[in-house]
Amino acid sequence: MTTFVILEGVISLFLIAGGAFAFIGSLGMAHLRDFYMRLHGPTKATTMGIGCTLIASMLYFGVIDSQPVVQEMLITLFLFITAPVSAHLLAKSGLHQRLPHVDKTLGRPAELRREELGDKPVPHPTPDHEHITHERSPLPRRTAREQSTDEG
Amino acid sequence: MITPRSWLPIPLLSLLLLLVWLLLVRSLTVGHLLLGSALAVAIPLFTYRFWDVQPRVKRPGLLLRFILRVLGDIIVANFQVAWLIINPWQRSRPHFVEYPLMLEERFTITLLANTISLTPGTVSANLRMDGKTLLVHALNVEDEDALIAEIRDRYERPLKEIYEC
Repeated sequence: MTTFVILEGVISLFLIAGGAFAFIGSLGMAHLRDFYMRLHGPTKATTMGIGCTLIASMLYFGVIDSQPVVQEMLITLFLFITAPVSAHLLAKSGLHQRLPHVDKTLGRPAELRREELGDKPVPHPTPDHEHITHERSPLPRRTAREQSTDEG
Repeated sequence: MITPRSWLPIPLLSLLLLLVWLLLVRSLTVGHLLLGSALAVAIPLFTYRFWDVQPRVKRPGLLLRFILRVLGDIIVANFQVAWLIINPWQRSRPHFVEYPLMLEERFTITLLANTISLTPGTVSANLRMDGKTLLVHALNVEDEDALIAEIRDRYERPLKEIYEC
């Protein structure tokens, strides 16, 4: 019986830690100074928060209810796939919109300086680092996208 | 790009999809096997044009060690970022760092960018058009060169050894 008490304590600890991390991540998203810093909260702390909650769930349903724990693993897998990709896309679109950053930020990326951008940005580098030409991929969608990036 | 060779352009993806489907529905009945197989055939057929050729894993043992190291780093990263957020006296020094890439394949660059986003205080922001530098935004950096050297030693070298050497 005592093992159950200890186990419940551990589960509660994981749940509290998960909630605390998720809260801190959201707090970071609310009060950090600029867009790029705010991105760090949800990608890191929230991952940990959900991870702790999932560990608690695995312990509870795996040990106490003795059910197989596969869905938590799947959630973890999807989370680890989607979190960095969405963060990267958010940062990329932030750079594309030239969102301001706090003054103490060091380093001046070329994306935030208009004079350094080329005429026609290429969306993806090809494996051999050549620019994609229209002869090789004559898609009408690409020209529309290039026009929109030229205007923006 | 992968040319359509057969009904199963990417066999490994099909297998993974079937497995994930069975795990999601948590049953092994014939109906779900059939439905999962249909999905596993249909989804790669619709999406194979978006898939790059994936390089072979040359050293699986090293890959396992790399995954464990990244998992450990994610936990450390979480504590660091959480402390930065809740400590009002902490002066953070955000920094845009140009990271010169040593990797050449698109797949491994993707893996590296994802790893950077998940680990201490850094988010990969943009891959340059020529695929040779990665723009990284770091939350709190003392020394730009130290950060570059750390990423190089901890993540990029193992990835290069696993996939490209």
